[in-house]
Amino acid sequence: MVLNDLLEIAEKERNARKEIVINCCVSAGCASSGSQAVREGLEKAVKDAKLEDKVEVRGVGCMRLCCQGPLVEISPKEELFQKVTPQQAASVVGTLGGGKTDALKGNLKHPFFTKQMSIVLENSGRIDPERIEAYIAEEGYQALHQALFEMKPGDVVDTMIKSGLRGRGGAGYPTGLKWATVAKTQSERKYVVCNADEGDPGAFMDRSVLESDPHRVLEGMAIAAYAVGASQGYIYVRAEYPLAIARLQTAIRQAKQMGLLGMGIFESQFNFNIDIRIGAGAFVCGEETALMASVEGKRGTPRPRPPFPAESGLWGFPTLLNNVETFANISPIIRKGAAWFASIGTEKSKGTKVFALAGKIENTGLIEVPMGTTLRQIVEEMGGGDENVKAVQTGGPSGGCIPAEALDTPVDYDSLMKVGSIMGSGGMIVMDQETNMVDVAKFFMEFCKDESCGKCIPCRTGTVQMHHLLEKILGRKATQKDIDKLEELCEVVKNTSLCGLGQTAPNPVLSTLRFFRHEYLELLQASVPQTPAKSSPSDHSVTA
Amino acid sequence: MHPNVAYMKRKPEPAAPPSSGTDKRYKILETAMKRHQHKSDALIEIMHTAQELFGFLDNDLLTHVAHRLKLPLSRVYGVATFYHFFNLKPNGRHTCVVCMGTACYVKGANKLLAAIEDFAKIKSGETTPDNELSLLTARCIGACGIAPAVVCDSTVMARQTPETVLNQVKGWMQHGS
Repeated sequence: MVLNDLLEIAEKERNARKEIVINCCVSAGCASSGSQAVREGLEKAVKDAKLEDKVEVRGVGCMRLCCQGPLVEISPKEELFQKVTPQQAASVVGTLGGGKTDALKGNLKHPFFTKQMSIVLENSGRIDPERIEAYIAEEGYQALHQALFEMKPGDVVDTMIKSGLRGRGGAGYPTGLKWATVAKTQSERKYVVCNADEGDPGAFMDRSVLESDPHRVLEGMAIAAYAVGASQGYIYVRAEYPLAIARLQTAIRQAKQMGLLGMGIFESQFNFNIDIRIGAGAFVCGEETALMASVEGKRGTPRPRPPFPAESGLWGFPTLLNNVETFANISPIIRKGAAWFASIGTEKSKGTKVFALAGKIENTGLIEVPMGTTLRQIVEEMGGGDENVKAVQTGGPSGGCIPAEALDTPVDYDSLMKVGSIMGSGGMIVMDQETNMVDVAKFFMEFCKDESCGKCIPCRTGTVQMHHLLEKILGRKATQKDIDKLEELCEVVKNTSLCGLGQTAPNPVLSTLRFFRHEYLELLQASVPQTPAKSSPSDHSVTA
Repeated sequence: MHPNVAYMKRKPEPAAPPSSGTDKRYKILETAMKRHQHKSDALIEIMHTAQELFGFLDNDLLTHVAHRLKLPLSRVYGVATFYHFFNLKPNGRHTCVVCMGTACYVKGANKLLAAIEDFAKIKSGETTPDNELSLLTARCIGACGIAPAVVCDSTVMARQTPETVLNQVKGWMQHGS
């Protein structure tokens, strides 16, 4: 495989395209709503109508508006059909000849679609994720070629630094700096690892990327491997995502067959192999040192840092660990340049972010917006949330609840931190007036309690005690003393836990205490009606 | 400990006592171990295969894996109990997994769970005495756009209500009896 072969495949693929394409989502949410049968129905209808020469039915990745699945889009007519049933397939195809259909029509001019900006999801919902040719036709693997033949490894690292890309897994560490550290560490062996252990409840961005455009992640990993000098990569995927695993396996096999992975990529001296490692259901394995332990076949318990994985990671060798979405950003940055990427977003947060928008709003699904978009734009304009919205939860069990009053907060790493939450991996759950915030705090604490690996004491026992206190409050048996104790415990667990799980476990409690303290106090009042509860900490009740 | 989430796997064959030496499944397991060159870091991969073949991991099977990979039994047992995905006990004929992710939770997943618990008279993580139904919960199955979701025997069911999910469960229980 040389560049000309690649361009030839792209050309051939583009020429083979038919006049009209009917895209049917066969990923994530739509697949669960029975889109495979819809796709078959569409294929049959096209055949029956003898339109095969003109019309192509394509199974594609996520089309974003998951709540209305199965979704079918006709291009280039730009018509979207929602909640399509296999029975409606024939009439949907019939609209091509001017016929009528009872299938629900979607509005592609809705802000939910128009406010999006696609970098990571540029191919999602447009190409068949099971065919490498479809990815190549969208300039796929050209960035890898460009990196290998026109850039030195150092140039690639510089490009990443200049682009301002920050890790999309949640913490937001500058990607370029991480790459530079691994690149400059001397070692005979290095590894590149992709973290696809998307454990945050309420997050499905990585799942969608892997199911919709797996080659993008492979290409990003290969470019990273070239930049840091690694020749072996691992993708650590959750076992709960069987479709994502299957599509990755297909993608790796196809890339190897074409000489885009394996020995002598593009007939150069560069070798890079990728293996899949399947997780086994442990949230803590999203933490980098725990993830590496799991890749080595051990219990996924974290270890203290330093040494950081960049210096001593898998089997003691320098290891570059990035999230799925981070790797998905790499090839566009190489293709279009660091300056282009740096021009998008805010001063300190560049590019776009993919969010899984869910909860009590009208439009739920996947969105990709430029950094700096406000929560209000996302929740109200795109999601269709109204005055009933009470809070937005970001960052999963490590994040916090942002109250409706703070909806004008722009979405970027630093602004979200200021309001007591975090960017996190991209789960965004909208809660309405019906939701009890103390109950939400308890929900997350229960999660952390169960998922604590048990290695360090603050997290192991702290989460149990905090959960116990929250249950006591919800059971209307608590006093002000218990809230004080809860707050104190939060600080202890936050400051003394070994890894990110424990350090961030108190966040949902702290943020709900900060913005919704009255809900906690109301539960106290009920237990001791004679003592008027005030928020001042000196007002301790004496009943224990 | 949180109940496991082995719901996406193919429905296993009824588990035979893994001690039967002529069992074909051991051959398949051996092939998988060979593919990983009996390396100890493939332990989790091997256990996935073992569970797919046998449905659950009992002591004999774990001992066998430990022996073949030359690992201390404590390490193998430690890994098997650490991860939620691994079952040490067999599941019922049908499994019902209620997703308890945040999006499902705020949309009433706990009501779904309570309805099934109430009907089947078992708690999450348990199997009915007649071995018909195992009730499990999952942390998040990544189907938040169609919340609340329930996985019934590997089929994801969207936008459930206590009524719809009970219909499904009742159907099983009647067929089974």
